[in-house]
Amino acid sequence: MNSRERILGRVRRALADVTPDERPYEQAVPRDYLRAHGERTAGETVDLLAENLADYRAIVHRTDAEELPTLVMRLLAAHGSREVLVPPGLPEEWLAATDAVRVPDAPADTAGRLDRVDSVVTGCAVAIAETGTLVLDGSPDQGRRRVSLIPDHHICVVRVPDQVVSSVPQALERLDPARPLTWISGPSATSDIELDRVEGVHGPRTLEVILFG
Amino acid sequence: MSATFVGMPAFPEAAREAVRNPTLRGNLRHATHTIRAKRARAVGELSDWAGLREAGRRIKDHTLRHLDRYLEQLEESVTAAGGTVHWAADAEEANRIVTELVRATGESEVVKVKSMATQEIELNEALAAAGIRAYETDLAELIVQLGKDRPSHILVPAIHRNRGEIRDIFAREMREWGRPAPEDLTDTPADLAEAARLHLREKFLRAKVGISGANFMVAETGTLVVVESEGNGRMCLTLPETLISVVGIEKIVPTWRDLEVFLQTLPRSSTAERMNPYTSMWTGTTDEDGPRAFHLVLLDNGRTDTLADTVGRQALRCIRCSACLNVCPVYERAGGHAYGSVYPGPIGAILSPQLRGTGSEIDASLPYASSLCGACYEVCPVAIDIPEVLVHLRERVVEGGPAVRRGNKVLLKPAKGHAAERAAMRAARWAFAHPGALRAGQRLASRTRRLHPRTLPGPGRAWSGARDLPAVPPEPFRDWWQRTRGGKDGDR
Repeated sequence: MNSRERILGRVRRALADVTPDERPYEQAVPRDYLRAHGERTAGETVDLLAENLADYRAIVHRTDAEELPTLVMRLLAAHGSREVLVPPGLPEEWLAATDAVRVPDAPADTAGRLDRVDSVVTGCAVAIAETGTLVLDGSPDQGRRRVSLIPDHHICVVRVPDQVVSSVPQALERLDPARPLTWISGPSATSDIELDRVEGVHGPRTLEVILFG
Repeated sequence: MSATFVGMPAFPEAAREAVRNPTLRGNLRHATHTIRAKRARAVGELSDWAGLREAGRRIKDHTLRHLDRYLEQLEESVTAAGGTVHWAADAEEANRIVTELVRATGESEVVKVKSMATQEIELNEALAAAGIRAYETDLAELIVQLGKDRPSHILVPAIHRNRGEIRDIFAREMREWGRPAPEDLTDTPADLAEAARLHLREKFLRAKVGISGANFMVAETGTLVVVESEGNGRMCLTLPETLISVVGIEKIVPTWRDLEVFLQTLPRSSTAERMNPYTSMWTGTTDEDGPRAFHLVLLDNGRTDTLADTVGRQALRCIRCSACLNVCPVYERAGGHAYGSVYPGPIGAILSPQLRGTGSEIDASLPYASSLCGACYEVCPVAIDIPEVLVHLRERVVEGGPAVRRGNKVLLKPAKGHAAERAAMRAARWAFAHPGALRAGQRLASRTRRLHPRTLPGPGRAWSGARDLPAVPPEPFRDWWQRTRGGKDGDR
């Protein structure tokens, strides 16, 4: 008998008390919880997102289509970035004003190469207001997972209010589990020293979020 | 590495050592009290917490009650998404599978995401024996590994260390493992985190094999979820060419939607955050993004034995948040090492004796490592009635009886050292069934109350060593009731 059969056999013997007529999944799990916490207008939801992002030390900016390229340029310059990593489908106009060298994310590039890039600019798939969370799903304006991980400075552009949802349940509804997903809530942090939160370990230590719309 | 739990003394001896260490007690008190208040605030933000908790309990219970079906479904989904599924009945088999997978890549080092399952099976030691170096990359795991220490908390394995101790460990040990700590390293948490960042960076960037656990596995989609803070998880899950995840079979949830419950309850319960900084979700492999090979090792190692116990199986609902540790008055004083397991605190006291059996001294003593105050049950986000299971396991230790070990039914013998307790319980049962004898005994006890010792003699000494004997009233309650008609006569 192989281990698969052995384990499944053990499970079945252990569940001898479970009868075949048990309630199916749909009835066994009550969903007596809220789809979202509180009533908010679209504008208020964006405000809450900004507030919760900032609470976990993300730096939040708000802008419109006209000002976006200038803002990106200013943020890269303020960080002293000479090179910026660019996902393949990032809208070109976002970088129209900066003279930082664009580094495309080529599959052949080693992680070591990306480690020498100062900043990365990405879009996002969904943002969650209640938790201050950005979700990236590897779409062309976000690139493969490593691009938002290795550079120390991540600028994430969120289209508001379209990409913003209130809650975790609403976010999961919008996401495709077949895609590789990264949920980001503030810059890298740890609570490992005396259970006290400190920002800045392995992921980007500076997370700037541009709410754009 | 000599950091294993083999041959641990029983909890009372280990705890006695720990409570005499003022630094340890100070560190634990500080950390657990900090997180307690924060957790209460984070949970308080959600008005539907009770509903989320109940949904979490029911999802996990339903999954466990149909675990065979969901395991097969998961295997199918993961395989369809490009992963390879392996089954490991015990620690030895899991270690063998992982070692062979690493060897097949030709690599001699791996980077690891913090994982309770790989701690439990002592994977690092097994890999070391095969000449493979495993680098822990979670900050607290790094502190434990560099300090040749043992983990003492589920979430923060180095909770027993304060910042000064951590500074000394980094300054002394980092050079042995790779990039040394900066010369002028201070003990501020930001500096310590920076030292870890620099030390581990080169390891992440060159790693070819990553090893992880998982917080959740979705049967319907084959998606694995890792919840973390530092980004070391993202590094290990996306940069290497090969990813090996070792996950307990109880970590399944049926559907994608089920994550909406646990992604709300887990971060608030564990680090008291609305959301942890990073959560990674992956389904098999993705072209040109992340590892090209993904192996999932499904681990039993005592879980099916636990499942066979209709009272004890609720422990398998655990999502390893560690809220029960942080509120436990026993854990706060005794610390994690006294529990002799990678699973310390209240959840460890019910999980370890079920996963490993109650055969060893430490495992037989764990169900007693509690005052049954119930704070653990109160905070548990999946409503595990830990006191109920503790009492159930105490009964198993004292009375023996049927249990399942390694898939086989066994009859446990009553444990030694509980003869006096059993005799006392038998005597109590007899006395309560014989009211005349009970009354005579109570009157005798009341009349001789001035002569009662403050501690019990003989085998009772151990019991009264840490407890006050209850004071006997001058008159038994029932005599007083009859004499005064329940106090109505005014004579007290």
